[in-house]
Amino acid sequence: MQHIISVLVENKPRVLARVASLFARRGYNIESLAVGPTQDPAISRITLVVNGNEDILEQITKQLYKLIEVIKVGDFTNTSYVDRELALIKVNAPATVRGEVAQIAEIFRARIVDIEEKSLTVEVTGTPDKIDALEQLLRKYGIIEMTRTGRIALARGSKSL
Amino acid sequence: MKMKGAQILIELLKQEGVEVVFGYPGGAVIDIYDVLFETPEIQHVLVRHEQGAAHAADGYARSTGKVGVCMATSGPGATNLVTGLATAYMDSVPVVAITGQVGTPLIGKDSFQEADITGITMPITKHNFLVTRVEDLATVVREAFYIASTGRPGPVVIDIPKDVQQKMTEFVLPEKIRIPGYKPTYRGHVKQIALAASAIMNARRPLLYVGGGVVSSGASPHLVELAEKADIPVVHTLMGKGAFPESHRLSLGMLGMHGTYWANKAVMSCDLLIAVGARFDDRVTGRIDSFAPHAEIIHIDIDPAEIGKNVKADIPIVGDARMVLAELVKRIESKTNPEWWQEIEGFRNAYRPVYKAGEGKLMPNYVIQVIYEKTHGENTILVTDVGQHQMWAAQVYRCEKPRTWISSGGLGTMGYGLPASIGAQIGNPDKRVVLVSGDGSIFMKIQELVTAVNYCLPIKIFVMNNSYLGMVRQWQGCLYKGRYSCTRLKNPDLVTLARAFGAEGLAVEREEDLESTIEKALSVKDKPVLVDCRVAEEENVLPFVPPGKSLDEMILG
Ligand SMILES: Cc1ncc(C[n+]2csc(CCOP(=O)(O)OP(=O)(O)O)c2C)c(N)n1
Ligand SMILES: [Mg+2]
Repeated sequence: MQHIISVLVENKPRVLARVASLFARRGYNIESLAVGPTQDPAISRITLVVNGNEDILEQITKQLYKLIEVIKVGDFTNTSYVDRELALIKVNAPATVRGEVAQIAEIFRARIVDIEEKSLTVEVTGTPDKIDALEQLLRKYGIIEMTRTGRIALARGSKSL
Repeated sequence: MKMKGAQILIELLKQEGVEVVFGYPGGAVIDIYDVLFETPEIQHVLVRHEQGAAHAADGYARSTGKVGVCMATSGPGATNLVTGLATAYMDSVPVVAITGQVGTPLIGKDSFQEADITGITMPITKHNFLVTRVEDLATVVREAFYIASTGRPGPVVIDIPKDVQQKMTEFVLPEKIRIPGYKPTYRGHVKQIALAASAIMNARRPLLYVGGGVVSSGASPHLVELAEKADIPVVHTLMGKGAFPESHRLSLGMLGMHGTYWANKAVMSCDLLIAVGARFDDRVTGRIDSFAPHAEIIHIDIDPAEIGKNVKADIPIVGDARMVLAELVKRIESKTNPEWWQEIEGFRNAYRPVYKAGEGKLMPNYVIQVIYEKTHGENTILVTDVGQHQMWAAQVYRCEKPRTWISSGGLGTMGYGLPASIGAQIGNPDKRVVLVSGDGSIFMKIQELVTAVNYCLPIKIFVMNNSYLGMVRQWQGCLYKGRYSCTRLKNPDLVTLARAFGAEGLAVEREEDLESTIEKALSVKDKPVLVDCRVAEEENVLPFVPPGKSLDEMILG
């Protein structure tokens, strides 16, 4: 089962390496990983999407807590949360199909953020499913390159991790 | 007051109560050594290889309960520490390793003698630091000692670039330590302890399974109290030797791959297993899904990640073994388990290990038996290397007190014994340090015999010389059709060798000379003595639970 885990860490060098090395060493699989600052400059948030059953998740959580610089670990499974991912997709779009591509983008509430004679770049935000679906539709025009951020998430409501 | 980084480091070591540093100098730590030159409060023990420094710091820590400190230069000096750090990590030993690093402007440029030691040691340390600003140094040293010695202890590396050692800064004593993500739990959950107490009261066949955590937390007195009050037999791991007095009527000895027959049988029959400071290692459990099949499991450990890692605990208790056991004892009534003991007597009578009188040959377990008779007591620390001799020592040499048994369990590091003995002897100058080693293991760190000679350490080294990498040979014999691939050893004469080093060298080949040779060795007071015990070559350690088999599938002989 897929889990989204949020990890608050001290904003220090090598913290990310410690987390990544822990996953590699213990054989846990990371589907995606996103890291960035929080409202407190001393603290960063790492959002991990991992696969595993309850026992594995419990081990992952406990092992993360063993890292000295990990402050808090939360699993969003079985809670109410919002999660988002962002993708940039650069797609072949000569004049003949540009309208079509733009239309598809619009249906997905994606924005066109760069345009050039033969291509355009689409920015899309949403759940991974939505991004997958858009990617699927754009494939037939030829995707030149694309990048995804990995998922980030926050709990719904006023409480925090 | 303005001070150089190197001075701040030494000042902080003094503040932490460090009395001895095991190390080896080099270009990237020369500034620290320069300060040590004028620091009589701290003894520096010069080893002959940095791995020896790490093992010595580890042996010092295990035998004294204090933090062991080692030091090495950047690059090769630091990488030589790695095996020692991994050894300490696997057995949860508080060690602080100080490494020099190339100057900060040179980091990341593949500079001369640069190695990313914080990167390299990430998975084998509890934590590590690269100090990039001299202003941070004092706080880092404080935190390093705090992290190494609290919670589940472990090694911590402080990597200090050369320019940080040289830079001047205002020296301010760090205030209270504040590590937001590090708060070990010491006190067990009251409700869980109550559950454990009632499980113990209800159990008919309870069994205590105790490990190194009992030793490191100082829980032994409470353990004895608990076992006696509720009449519970005790089995220990290799790391748990000395946690519970082995001559106590409630002790069943060691469990696991080379455990006693009755200890393993008791595990397979108990209805309640109380694990204290033990981590269900595969060498202990054998086939995990058939381990303690009838038992409810109470698991007491300071490291939450150990609970549920290998087996599911019915009553998990996160906390310090000493505090939890102290609470637990209060909550149980005196009881006895006569039927259970009758069953255990049955196990004891079903199999008696026989000492095969040697047909003129010296039997290794008999040698250790005589060493035991001649040396055991509160004042003796027994250190081992890794292999068959280690297991025979574990089986035969009974330990009554914590911190009197020192052996590399988790990593199983051949070569650990001699440098660890040095650390133990330096930390306990009035005690007798006895090392049981093998002819393979001793050569892994033989250069440290120089250190032992230089510092006049009267370590008694008994090499069980079987001309084999015996433990591997045993596996080849039992599991690989007797194909002894590359396990035969051709050794030089150990007596001549010991003497060349400036140590005393003795040899014994016949049973009738054993006692007198051991006595002679024990009389050497001002230098190490190495006794070449030329034992029977192809003896096997029994019982033997082959890997992957269940504990009741012991090979008995
Ligand atoms: C550094 C290291 N290398 C290899 C091994 C694998 N190993 C385990 S026991 C053993 C043989 C040890 O030989 P010896 O010291 O002579 O002890 P014996 O088993 O003969 O008593 C070996 C090679 C190890 N544990 N450590
Ligand atoms: Mg041998």
